Amino acid sequence: MTLAERCRPDFAILNRRVNGKPLVYLDSAASSQKPRQVIEAVRRYYETTHANVHRSIHTLGEEATALLESVRDRVRQFIGAAQREEIVFTRGTTDAINLVAQAIGRTVKAGDEVIVTEMEHHSNLIPWQMLCRDRGAVLKAVPVIGEGFLDLEAFTRLLSRRTRVVAVAHVSNVLGTINPVREIAERAHAAGALVLVDGAQAVPNLPVNVQSLGADFYAFSGHKMLGPTGGGVLYGRRAVLDSLEPAWGGGEMIKEVWIDHAQWNDLPWRFEPGTPPIAPIVGLGAAVEYLSAIGMEAVAAHERALCRLTLELLAKNGDTTIYGPRNPEIKGAVVAFNVRGLHPHDVAHLLDQEGIAVRAGHHCAMPLMRRLGVVGTVRASFSVHTTPAEIEHLARSLSNLDLMI
Amino acid sequence: MLYSSVISERFRHPRFFGDLADADAVFEDVNPLCGDRVRIQLKLANGSVADARFKGDSCAICMASADLLVEIARGRAIGEVLALAPDDLLTRLEAKIRPSRITCVTLPLQVLKGALTAVGAAR
Ligand SMILES: Cc1ncc(COP(=O)(O)O)c(C=O)c1O
Repeated sequence: MTLAERCRPDFAILNRRVNGKPLVYLDSAASSQKPRQVIEAVRRYYETTHANVHRSIHTLGEEATALLESVRDRVRQFIGAAQREEIVFTRGTTDAINLVAQAIGRTVKAGDEVIVTEMEHHSNLIPWQMLCRDRGAVLKAVPVIGEGFLDLEAFTRLLSRRTRVVAVAHVSNVLGTINPVREIAERAHAAGALVLVDGAQAVPNLPVNVQSLGADFYAFSGHKMLGPTGGGVLYGRRAVLDSLEPAWGGGEMIKEVWIDHAQWNDLPWRFEPGTPPIAPIVGLGAAVEYLSAIGMEAVAAHERALCRLTLELLAKNGDTTIYGPRNPEIKGAVVAFNVRGLHPHDVAHLLDQEGIAVRAGHHCAMPLMRRLGVVGTVRASFSVHTTPAEIEHLARSLSNLDLMI
Repeated sequence: MLYSSVISERFRHPRFFGDLADADAVFEDVNPLCGDRVRIQLKLANGSVADARFKGDSCAICMASADLLVEIARGRAIGEVLALAPDDLLTRLEAKIRPSRITCVTLPLQVLKGALTAVGAAR
Protein backbone atom coordinates (compact mmCIF):
# COMPACT_ATOMS: atom_id res chain seq x y z
CA MET A 1 0.00 0.00 0.00
CA THR A 2 1.30 3.44 -0.84
CA LEU A 3 1.65 6.20 1.69
CA ALA A 4 -1.33 8.07 0.23
CA GLU A 5 -3.49 4.93 0.25
CA ARG A 6 -2.69 4.41 3.91
CA CYS A 7 -3.41 8.04 4.81
CA ARG A 8 -6.55 8.72 2.81
CA PRO A 9 -9.02 6.99 5.15
CA ASP A 10 -7.85 9.40 7.89
CA PHE A 11 -9.09 12.43 5.94
CA ALA A 12 -12.88 12.40 6.08
CA ILE A 13 -13.10 15.53 3.95
CA LEU A 14 -11.78 13.56 0.95
CA ASN A 15 -15.19 11.86 0.79
CA ARG A 16 -16.74 15.17 -0.20
CA ARG A 17 -17.93 15.89 -3.66
CA VAL A 18 -17.48 19.31 -5.20
CA ASN A 19 -19.63 20.24 -8.18
CA GLY A 20 -20.64 16.62 -8.42
CA LYS A 21 -17.03 15.38 -8.65
CA PRO A 22 -14.83 13.79 -5.99
CA LEU A 23 -12.77 16.47 -4.23
CA VAL A 24 -9.17 16.66 -5.43
CA TYR A 25 -7.52 18.88 -2.86
CA LEU A 26 -4.32 20.38 -4.28
CA ASP A 27 -4.17 23.41 -1.97
CA SER A 28 -2.41 22.07 1.10
CA ALA A 29 0.24 24.79 0.93
CA ALA A 30 -2.47 27.36 1.69
CA SER A 31 -3.92 25.20 4.43
CA SER A 32 -3.79 21.47 4.79
CA GLN A 33 -6.71 19.20 5.57
CA LYS A 34 -6.83 17.51 8.97
CA PRO A 35 -6.66 13.78 9.69
CA ARG A 36 -9.16 12.39 12.20
CA GLN A 37 -6.33 11.89 14.72
CA VAL A 38 -5.96 15.69 14.92
CA ILE A 39 -9.69 16.38 15.02
CA GLU A 40 -10.08 13.69 17.69
CA ALA A 41 -7.29 15.12 19.83
CA VAL A 42 -8.93 18.55 19.84
CA ARG A 43 -12.36 17.07 20.59
CA ARG A 44 -10.95 14.89 23.38
CA TYR A 45 -9.19 17.89 24.83
CA TYR A 46 -12.37 19.98 24.91
CA GLU A 47 -14.52 17.12 26.16
CA THR A 48 -12.22 15.92 28.93
CA THR A 49 -9.49 18.38 29.82
CA HIS A 50 -10.14 21.99 28.92
CA ALA A 51 -9.24 24.71 31.42
CA ASN A 52 -6.89 27.66 31.35
CA VAL A 53 -3.25 26.74 31.61
CA HIS A 54 -0.47 27.65 34.04
CA ARG A 55 -2.47 29.47 36.69
CA SER A 56 -5.08 26.90 37.61
CA ILE A 57 -4.57 24.80 40.74
CA HIS A 58 -7.39 22.39 39.95
CA THR A 59 -7.04 19.07 38.20
CA LEU A 60 -8.22 20.15 34.77
CA GLY A 61 -5.91 23.16 34.80
CA GLU A 62 -2.97 20.96 35.68
CA GLU A 63 -3.84 18.43 32.99
CA ALA A 64 -4.31 21.10 30.34
CA THR A 65 -0.96 22.64 31.31
CA ALA A 66 0.76 19.27 31.17
CA LEU A 67 -0.76 18.60 27.75
CA LEU A 68 0.31 21.96 26.35
CA GLU A 69 3.82 21.60 27.74
CA SER A 70 4.11 18.07 26.40
CA VAL A 71 3.49 19.44 22.89
CA ARG A 72 6.41 21.80 23.47
CA ASP A 73 8.69 18.82 24.10
CA ARG A 74 7.31 17.01 21.07
CA VAL A 75 7.84 20.03 18.80
CA ARG A 76 11.37 20.55 20.15
CA GLN A 77 12.24 17.01 19.16
CA PHE A 78 10.46 17.30 15.78
CA ILE A 79 12.53 20.27 14.61
CA GLY A 80 15.74 19.32 16.39
CA ALA A 81 15.91 22.22 18.83
CA ALA A 82 18.29 21.88 21.76
CA GLN A 83 15.99 23.01 24.58
CA ARG A 84 12.27 23.26 25.30
CA GLU A 85 12.78 26.90 26.34
CA GLU A 86 13.45 27.64 22.66
CA ILE A 87 9.93 26.68 21.56
CA VAL A 88 7.50 29.62 21.75
CA PHE A 89 3.85 28.99 20.89
CA THR A 90 2.28 31.59 18.59
CA ARG A 91 -0.88 31.96 16.52
CA GLY A 92 1.03 31.03 13.38
CA THR A 93 3.92 32.03 11.15
CA THR A 94 2.77 35.62 10.71
CA ASP A 95 2.40 36.06 14.45
CA ALA A 96 5.84 34.55 15.05
CA ILE A 97 7.58 36.83 12.55
CA ASN A 98 5.85 39.91 13.92
CA LEU A 99 6.92 38.86 17.40
CA VAL A 100 10.57 38.76 16.33
CA ALA A 101 10.35 42.00 14.36
CA GLN A 102 8.79 43.67 17.38
CA ALA A 103 11.33 42.34 19.87
CA ILE A 104 14.38 43.01 17.69
CA GLY A 105 12.86 46.31 16.61
CA ARG A 106 13.49 47.78 20.03
CA THR A 107 17.23 47.41 19.43
CA VAL A 108 17.33 48.60 15.82
CA LYS A 109 18.82 52.02 15.15
CA ALA A 110 18.59 54.44 12.26
CA GLY A 111 20.89 53.29 9.49
CA ASP A 112 20.77 49.63 10.51
CA GLU A 113 19.82 47.23 7.73
CA VAL A 114 17.47 44.29 7.28
CA ILE A 115 17.81 41.90 4.35
CA VAL A 116 14.85 39.98 2.94
CA THR A 117 14.48 38.27 -0.44
CA GLU A 118 12.36 38.91 -3.51
CA MET A 119 10.57 35.60 -3.00
CA GLU A 120 9.22 36.26 0.50
CA HIS A 121 5.60 35.80 1.44
CA HIS A 122 4.19 39.16 2.56
CA SER A 123 4.23 37.85 6.11
CA ASN A 124 8.04 37.76 6.00
CA LEU A 125 8.23 41.16 4.30
CA ILE A 126 5.66 43.56 5.74
CA PRO A 127 6.74 43.20 9.41
CA TRP A 128 10.29 44.12 8.33
CA GLN A 129 9.02 47.02 6.21
CA MET A 130 7.13 48.34 9.22
CA LEU A 131 10.13 47.90 11.48
CA CYS A 132 12.44 49.71 9.05
CA ARG A 133 9.97 52.53 8.58
CA ASP A 134 9.54 52.99 12.35
CA ARG A 135 13.25 52.87 13.18
CA GLY A 136 14.74 54.59 10.17
CA ALA A 137 16.43 51.37 9.11
CA VAL A 138 17.05 50.28 5.53
CA LEU A 139 15.38 47.27 3.90
CA LYS A 140 17.23 45.39 1.16
CA ALA A 141 16.18 42.40 -0.92
CA VAL A 142 18.18 39.53 -2.38
CA PRO A 143 17.24 39.20 -6.08
CA VAL A 144 15.73 36.04 -7.53
CA ILE A 145 17.56 34.73 -10.58
CA GLY A 146 17.35 31.91 -13.14
CA GLU A 147 14.60 29.36 -12.56
CA GLY A 148 13.92 30.89 -9.17
CA PHE A 149 17.04 30.83 -7.05
CA LEU A 150 18.45 33.43 -4.68
CA ASP A 151 21.42 35.34 -6.02
CA LEU A 152 23.90 34.44 -3.30
CA GLU A 153 26.64 36.64 -4.69
CA ALA A 154 24.32 39.62 -4.53
CA PHE A 155 23.37 38.54 -1.01
CA THR A 156 26.99 38.57 0.06
CA ARG A 157 27.41 42.06 -1.36
CA LEU A 158 24.31 43.27 0.52
CA LEU A 159 25.67 42.00 3.84
CA SER A 160 27.57 44.47 5.95
CA ARG A 161 28.31 45.36 9.55
CA ARG A 162 25.06 47.32 9.48
CA THR A 163 22.98 44.21 8.71
CA ARG A 164 20.97 43.29 11.79
CA VAL A 165 18.60 40.64 10.45
CA VAL A 166 18.42 38.37 7.42
CA ALA A 167 14.87 37.06 6.88
CA VAL A 168 14.46 34.27 4.36
CA ALA A 169 11.98 31.54 3.45
CA HIS A 170 13.21 27.97 3.85
CA VAL A 171 10.92 26.93 0.98
CA SER A 172 9.24 29.43 -1.37
CA ASN A 173 5.45 29.12 -1.32
CA VAL A 174 5.34 29.86 -5.07
CA LEU A 175 8.54 28.61 -6.68
CA GLY A 176 9.02 25.73 -4.29
CA THR A 177 12.73 26.55 -4.20
CA ILE A 178 14.48 25.08 -1.17
CA ASN A 179 16.84 27.88 -0.21
CA PRO A 180 20.37 27.16 1.03
CA VAL A 181 19.58 28.35 4.53
CA ARG A 182 22.68 26.93 6.11
CA GLU A 183 24.98 28.78 3.75
CA ILE A 184 22.94 31.97 4.11
CA ALA A 185 23.11 31.68 7.90
CA GLU A 186 26.87 31.15 7.88
CA ARG A 187 27.43 34.27 5.81
CA ALA A 188 24.95 36.30 7.85
CA HIS A 189 26.51 35.23 11.12
CA ALA A 190 29.96 36.10 9.84
CA ALA A 191 28.65 39.63 9.30
CA GLY A 192 27.13 39.67 12.79
CA ALA A 193 23.49 39.47 11.68
CA LEU A 194 20.68 37.30 13.05
CA VAL A 195 18.80 34.93 10.76
CA LEU A 196 15.05 34.38 10.75
CA VAL A 197 13.80 31.50 8.62
CA ASP A 198 10.18 31.32 7.48
CA GLY A 199 9.56 27.59 7.61
CA ALA A 200 5.83 27.67 6.82
CA GLN A 201 6.31 25.63 3.63
CA ALA A 202 9.16 23.48 4.89
CA VAL A 203 8.05 21.91 8.17
CA PRO A 204 4.95 20.25 6.64
CA ASN A 205 6.95 18.63 3.86
CA LEU A 206 10.62 18.12 4.75
CA PRO A 207 12.73 16.90 7.66
CA VAL A 208 13.85 20.08 9.44
CA ASN A 209 16.64 20.49 11.94
CA VAL A 210 16.92 24.06 13.14
CA GLN A 211 20.35 23.51 14.62
CA SER A 212 21.98 22.15 11.51
CA LEU A 213 20.34 24.95 9.50
CA GLY A 214 21.94 27.48 11.82
CA ALA A 215 18.73 29.50 12.20
CA ASP A 216 18.43 31.97 15.06
CA PHE A 217 14.66 32.02 14.58
CA TYR A 218 12.45 29.57 12.74
CA ALA A 219 8.72 30.18 12.28
CA PHE A 220 5.91 27.89 11.12
CA SER A 221 2.12 27.39 11.22
CA GLY A 222 0.20 24.42 12.54
CA HIS A 223 -2.58 24.65 9.96
CA LYS A 224 -0.26 23.94 7.02
CA MET A 225 1.05 20.75 8.63
CA LEU A 226 -2.23 18.91 9.29
CA GLY A 227 -2.91 20.84 12.52
CA PRO A 228 -5.73 23.27 13.36
CA THR A 229 -5.74 26.95 12.45
CA GLY A 230 -4.74 29.40 15.15
CA GLY A 231 -1.57 27.77 16.44
CA GLY A 232 2.04 27.99 15.37
CA VAL A 233 5.59 27.96 16.59
CA LEU A 234 8.52 30.28 16.88
CA TYR A 235 11.83 28.57 17.53
CA GLY A 236 14.39 30.98 18.95
CA ARG A 237 17.97 30.11 19.80
CA ARG A 238 18.35 30.29 23.59
CA ALA A 239 21.18 32.82 23.67
CA VAL A 240 19.25 35.13 21.33
CA LEU A 241 15.93 34.84 23.17
CA ASP A 242 17.78 35.51 26.44
CA SER A 243 19.12 38.76 25.03
CA LEU A 244 15.72 40.09 23.89
CA GLU A 245 13.07 42.05 25.71
CA PRO A 246 9.53 40.64 25.34
CA ALA A 247 7.64 41.68 22.23
CA TRP A 248 4.28 42.15 23.91
CA GLY A 249 3.07 42.46 27.48
CA GLY A 250 0.25 40.79 29.36
CA GLY A 251 -0.50 38.02 31.78
CA GLU A 252 1.71 34.92 31.96
CA MET A 253 4.82 36.64 30.65
CA ILE A 254 5.72 38.11 34.05
CA LYS A 255 6.96 36.80 37.41
CA GLU A 256 6.19 39.69 39.67
CA VAL A 257 4.37 42.92 38.94
CA TRP A 258 4.26 46.34 40.55
CA ILE A 259 2.33 49.31 39.29
CA ASP A 260 5.35 50.88 37.63
CA HIS A 261 7.46 47.88 36.68
CA ALA A 262 7.57 44.11 36.38
CA GLN A 263 9.95 41.22 36.34
CA TRP A 264 9.77 39.07 33.22
CA ASN A 265 8.98 35.40 33.36
CA ASP A 266 11.44 32.71 32.28
CA LEU A 267 11.67 31.42 28.74
CA PRO A 268 9.64 30.51 26.80
CA TRP A 269 6.67 32.05 28.62
CA ARG A 270 8.23 35.52 28.50
CA PHE A 271 7.22 35.58 24.83
CA GLU A 272 3.73 34.09 25.37
CA PRO A 273 1.54 36.80 26.89
CA GLY A 274 -2.11 35.97 27.52
CA THR A 275 -3.94 32.68 27.24
CA PRO A 276 -2.23 30.63 24.54
CA PRO A 277 -4.18 28.95 21.71
CA ILE A 278 -4.40 25.76 23.76
CA ALA A 279 -6.66 23.65 21.54
CA PRO A 280 -4.81 24.48 18.30
CA ILE A 281 -1.54 23.58 19.99
CA VAL A 282 -2.97 20.31 21.27
CA GLY A 283 -4.04 19.61 17.68
CA LEU A 284 -0.58 20.58 16.45
CA GLY A 285 0.85 18.01 18.85
CA ALA A 286 -1.35 15.34 17.26
CA ALA A 287 -0.27 16.49 13.79
CA VAL A 288 3.38 16.16 14.78
CA GLU A 289 2.64 12.64 16.04
CA TYR A 290 0.92 11.82 12.77
CA LEU A 291 3.76 13.09 10.59
CA SER A 292 6.41 11.51 12.81
CA ALA A 293 4.70 8.12 12.60
CA ILE A 294 5.01 8.31 8.81
CA GLY A 295 8.50 9.81 9.00
CA MET A 296 9.41 13.10 7.37
CA GLU A 297 11.85 11.40 4.99
CA ALA A 298 8.98 9.31 3.67
CA VAL A 299 6.69 12.36 3.45
CA ALA A 300 9.35 14.25 1.50
CA ALA A 301 9.98 11.32 -0.88
CA HIS A 302 6.23 10.95 -1.52
CA GLU A 303 5.82 14.64 -2.31
CA ARG A 304 8.96 14.75 -4.45
CA ALA A 305 7.50 11.96 -6.61
CA LEU A 306 4.25 13.92 -7.01
CA CYS A 307 6.21 17.04 -7.85
CA ARG A 308 8.18 15.15 -10.50
CA LEU A 309 4.98 13.78 -12.05
CA THR A 310 3.33 17.21 -12.07
CA LEU A 311 6.35 18.81 -13.74
CA GLU A 312 6.49 16.03 -16.33
CA LEU A 313 2.80 16.15 -17.21
CA LEU A 314 2.58 19.94 -17.30
CA ALA A 315 5.68 20.15 -19.48
CA LYS A 316 3.90 17.98 -22.07
CA ASN A 317 1.14 20.57 -22.32
CA GLY A 318 2.46 23.21 -24.72
CA ASP A 319 0.12 25.83 -23.29
CA THR A 320 1.46 25.83 -19.75
CA THR A 321 4.37 27.79 -18.36
CA ILE A 322 5.97 26.46 -15.17
CA TYR A 323 7.58 28.75 -12.59
CA GLY A 324 10.35 27.69 -10.22
CA PRO A 325 13.02 24.99 -10.42
CA ARG A 326 12.26 22.10 -12.82
CA ASN A 327 14.25 19.66 -10.71
CA PRO A 328 12.01 18.08 -8.06
CA GLU A 329 15.06 17.11 -6.00
CA ILE A 330 15.56 20.74 -5.02
CA LYS A 331 11.92 21.68 -4.68
CA GLY A 332 9.22 21.62 -2.01
CA ALA A 333 5.68 20.32 -2.48
CA VAL A 334 4.34 23.06 -4.78
CA VAL A 335 4.22 23.63 -8.53
CA ALA A 336 3.21 27.06 -9.87
CA PHE A 337 2.14 27.49 -13.49
CA ASN A 338 0.04 29.46 -15.92
CA VAL A 339 -2.06 28.47 -18.90
CA ARG A 340 -1.61 30.53 -22.02
CA GLY A 341 -4.41 33.02 -22.67
CA LEU A 342 -6.15 32.34 -19.38
CA HIS A 343 -6.07 34.27 -16.14
CA PRO A 344 -5.06 32.15 -13.12
CA HIS A 345 -8.40 32.85 -11.43
CA ASP A 346 -10.29 31.59 -14.45
CA VAL A 347 -8.14 28.46 -14.48
CA ALA A 348 -8.86 27.87 -10.78
CA HIS A 349 -12.55 28.41 -11.38
CA LEU A 350 -12.54 25.98 -14.29
CA LEU A 351 -10.66 23.36 -12.30
CA ASP A 352 -13.15 23.77 -9.47
CA GLN A 353 -15.84 22.58 -11.88
CA GLU A 354 -13.85 19.33 -12.00
CA GLY A 355 -13.68 19.13 -8.21
CA ILE A 356 -10.04 20.23 -8.20
CA ALA A 357 -9.02 22.81 -5.58
CA VAL A 358 -5.91 24.81 -6.50
CA ARG A 359 -4.72 28.22 -5.42
CA ALA A 360 -4.59 31.09 -7.91
CA GLY A 361 -3.42 34.65 -7.60
CA HIS A 362 -0.37 36.40 -6.25
CA HIS A 363 0.06 33.99 -3.31
CA CYS A 364 0.88 36.90 -0.99
CA ALA A 365 4.12 37.38 -2.91
CA MET A 366 3.52 40.46 -5.06
CA PRO A 367 7.19 41.43 -5.45
CA LEU A 368 7.90 37.93 -6.75
CA MET A 369 4.97 38.16 -9.22
CA ARG A 370 6.44 41.43 -10.48
CA ARG A 371 9.83 39.72 -10.79
CA LEU A 372 8.23 36.88 -12.80
CA GLY A 373 6.32 39.42 -14.88
CA VAL A 374 2.90 37.91 -14.19
CA VAL A 375 -0.24 39.09 -12.37
CA GLY A 376 -0.47 35.76 -10.65
CA THR A 377 -0.09 32.04 -11.10
CA VAL A 378 -1.99 28.86 -10.48
CA ARG A 379 -0.43 26.67 -7.80
CA ALA A 380 -0.90 22.98 -7.11
CA SER A 381 0.43 21.72 -3.79
CA PHE A 382 0.57 18.31 -2.22
CA SER A 383 0.14 16.50 1.05
CA VAL A 384 0.39 12.96 2.38
CA HIS A 385 -3.01 12.04 0.90
CA THR A 386 -2.28 13.26 -2.65
CA THR A 387 -2.17 10.51 -5.30
CA PRO A 388 -0.61 10.29 -8.78
CA ALA A 389 -4.13 9.72 -10.14
CA GLU A 390 -5.14 13.14 -8.81
CA ILE A 391 -2.20 14.76 -10.58
CA GLU A 392 -3.17 12.98 -13.80
CA HIS A 393 -6.71 14.29 -13.37
CA LEU A 394 -5.30 17.81 -12.99
CA ALA A 395 -3.20 17.48 -16.14
CA ARG A 396 -6.11 16.04 -18.14
CA SER A 397 -8.45 18.81 -17.00
CA LEU A 398 -5.89 21.45 -17.93
CA SER A 399 -5.63 20.21 -21.48
CA ASN A 400 -9.39 20.73 -22.01
CA LEU A 401 -9.66 24.11 -20.35
CA ASP A 402 -9.85 26.49 -23.25
CA LEU A 403 -12.98 24.82 -24.57
CA MET A 404 -14.82 25.53 -21.36
CA ILE A 405 -14.50 29.25 -20.92
CA MET B 1 -19.65 27.26 -20.43
CA LEU B 2 -18.00 28.40 -17.22
CA TYR B 3 -19.62 31.80 -16.68
CA SER B 4 -21.97 32.85 -19.50
CA SER B 5 -21.91 33.33 -23.25
CA VAL B 6 -21.82 37.11 -22.73
CA ILE B 7 -18.66 36.82 -20.65
CA SER B 8 -17.13 34.27 -22.97
CA GLU B 9 -17.78 36.43 -26.03
CA ARG B 10 -16.57 39.71 -24.53
CA PHE B 11 -13.49 38.02 -23.03
CA ARG B 12 -12.50 36.53 -26.37
CA HIS B 13 -13.40 39.54 -28.46
CA PRO B 14 -13.51 42.70 -26.38
CA ARG B 15 -14.84 45.65 -28.38
CA PHE B 16 -13.36 48.51 -26.39
CA PHE B 17 -9.94 47.23 -25.37
CA GLY B 18 -7.15 49.69 -26.08
CA ASP B 19 -6.01 53.27 -25.73
CA LEU B 20 -7.66 56.58 -26.51
CA ALA B 21 -5.71 59.35 -28.21
CA ASP B 22 -5.73 62.54 -26.05
CA ALA B 23 -8.01 61.23 -23.33
CA ASP B 24 -9.46 63.74 -20.85
CA ALA B 25 -9.38 61.35 -17.94
CA VAL B 26 -7.31 58.29 -17.11
CA PHE B 27 -7.60 56.21 -14.02
CA GLU B 28 -6.46 52.79 -12.91
CA ASP B 29 -6.85 50.66 -9.84
CA VAL B 30 -6.04 47.23 -8.54
CA ASN B 31 -8.25 44.38 -7.44
CA PRO B 32 -7.05 43.55 -3.93
CA LEU B 33 -8.16 39.95 -4.42
CA CYS B 34 -5.79 39.18 -7.24
CA GLY B 35 -3.64 42.23 -7.97
CA ASP B 36 -5.34 42.64 -11.35
CA ARG B 37 -5.07 46.11 -12.80
CA VAL B 38 -7.69 47.86 -14.88
CA ARG B 39 -7.23 51.19 -16.62
CA ILE B 40 -9.98 53.25 -18.18
CA GLN B 41 -9.51 56.26 -20.45
CA LEU B 42 -12.30 58.72 -21.15
CA LYS B 43 -13.07 61.45 -23.58
CA LEU B 44 -15.64 63.93 -22.24
CA ALA B 45 -17.82 66.41 -24.14
CA ASN B 46 -20.92 68.42 -23.18
CA GLY B 47 -21.36 66.68 -19.84
CA SER B 48 -21.24 63.26 -21.44
CA VAL B 49 -18.79 60.44 -21.91
CA ALA B 50 -17.99 60.89 -25.59
CA ASP B 51 -15.71 57.89 -25.86
CA ALA B 52 -13.93 55.37 -23.65
CA ARG B 53 -11.45 52.49 -23.74
CA PHE B 54 -10.13 50.07 -21.15
CA LYS B 55 -6.94 48.12 -20.68
CA GLY B 56 -5.91 45.53 -18.16
CA ASP B 57 -4.36 42.20 -17.53
CA SER B 58 -7.28 40.58 -15.84
CA CYS B 59 -9.57 37.58 -15.65
CA ALA B 60 -12.43 36.82 -18.02
CA ILE B 61 -15.08 38.24 -15.68
CA CYS B 62 -13.22 41.50 -15.20
CA MET B 63 -12.44 41.87 -18.92
CA ALA B 64 -16.06 41.28 -19.85
CA SER B 65 -17.30 43.61 -17.14
CA ALA B 66 -14.94 46.39 -18.28
CA ASP B 67 -15.89 45.93 -21.92
CA LEU B 68 -19.59 46.00 -21.13
CA LEU B 69 -19.23 48.98 -18.84
CA VAL B 70 -17.39 51.00 -21.45
CA GLU B 71 -20.08 50.17 -23.96
CA ILE B 72 -22.80 51.31 -21.56
CA ALA B 73 -20.96 54.50 -20.61
CA ARG B 74 -20.22 55.71 -24.12
CA GLY B 75 -22.55 58.49 -25.14
CA ARG B 76 -24.17 58.75 -21.71
CA ALA B 77 -24.47 61.77 -19.43
CA ILE B 78 -21.87 61.81 -16.67
CA GLY B 79 -24.61 61.84 -14.03
CA GLU B 80 -26.09 58.66 -15.43
CA VAL B 81 -22.71 56.97 -15.55
CA LEU B 82 -22.06 57.89 -11.92
CA ALA B 83 -25.39 56.34 -10.98
CA LEU B 84 -24.52 52.95 -12.50
CA ALA B 85 -24.55 50.14 -9.93
CA PRO B 86 -23.03 46.64 -9.92
CA ASP B 87 -26.46 45.17 -10.63
CA ASP B 88 -26.60 47.00 -13.97
CA LEU B 89 -23.55 45.00 -14.99
CA LEU B 90 -24.50 41.72 -13.34
CA THR B 91 -27.83 41.55 -15.12
CA ARG B 92 -26.30 42.12 -18.51
CA LEU B 93 -23.41 39.71 -17.94
CA GLU B 94 -26.06 37.01 -17.50
CA ALA B 95 -23.90 35.02 -15.12
CA LYS B 96 -24.14 33.89 -11.55
CA ILE B 97 -21.02 35.40 -10.04
CA ARG B 98 -19.76 33.92 -6.81
CA PRO B 99 -19.21 36.24 -3.85
CA SER B 100 -15.44 35.58 -4.10
CA ARG B 101 -15.39 36.98 -7.65
CA ILE B 102 -17.73 39.94 -7.27
CA THR B 103 -14.82 42.41 -7.13
CA CYS B 104 -13.92 41.23 -10.64
CA VAL B 105 -17.23 42.75 -11.78
CA THR B 106 -17.10 45.91 -9.69
CA LEU B 107 -13.46 46.92 -10.24
CA PRO B 108 -14.08 48.48 -13.69
CA LEU B 109 -17.01 50.46 -12.26
CA GLN B 110 -14.82 51.73 -9.45
CA VAL B 111 -12.14 52.69 -11.96
CA LEU B 112 -14.60 54.49 -14.23
CA LYS B 113 -15.98 56.52 -11.33
CA GLY B 114 -12.42 57.18 -10.20
CA ALA B 115 -11.62 58.61 -13.63
CA LEU B 116 -14.62 60.94 -13.47
CA THR B 117 -13.74 62.02 -9.94
CA ALA B 118 -10.15 62.66 -10.96
CA VAL B 119 -11.20 65.25 -13.55
CA GLY B 120 -13.72 66.79 -11.19
CA ALA B 121 -16.61 65.72 -13.37
CA ALA B 122 -18.17 64.01 -10.41
CA ARG B 123 -18.87 67.28 -8.61
C1 LIG C 1 6.09 30.92 3.05
C2 LIG C 1 4.94 31.38 3.91
N1 LIG C 1 5.17 32.22 4.92
C3 LIG C 1 4.18 32.64 5.73
C4 LIG C 1 2.89 32.25 5.55
C5 LIG C 1 1.84 32.80 6.47
O1 LIG C 1 1.34 31.81 7.31
P1 LIG C 1 0.13 32.13 8.28
O2 LIG C 1 -0.92 32.79 7.46
O3 LIG C 1 -0.27 30.78 8.78
O4 LIG C 1 0.64 33.01 9.38
C6 LIG C 1 2.60 31.37 4.49
C7 LIG C 1 1.25 30.90 4.20
O5 LIG C 1 0.29 31.56 3.89
C8 LIG C 1 3.65 30.94 3.66
O6 LIG C 1 3.42 30.12 2.62
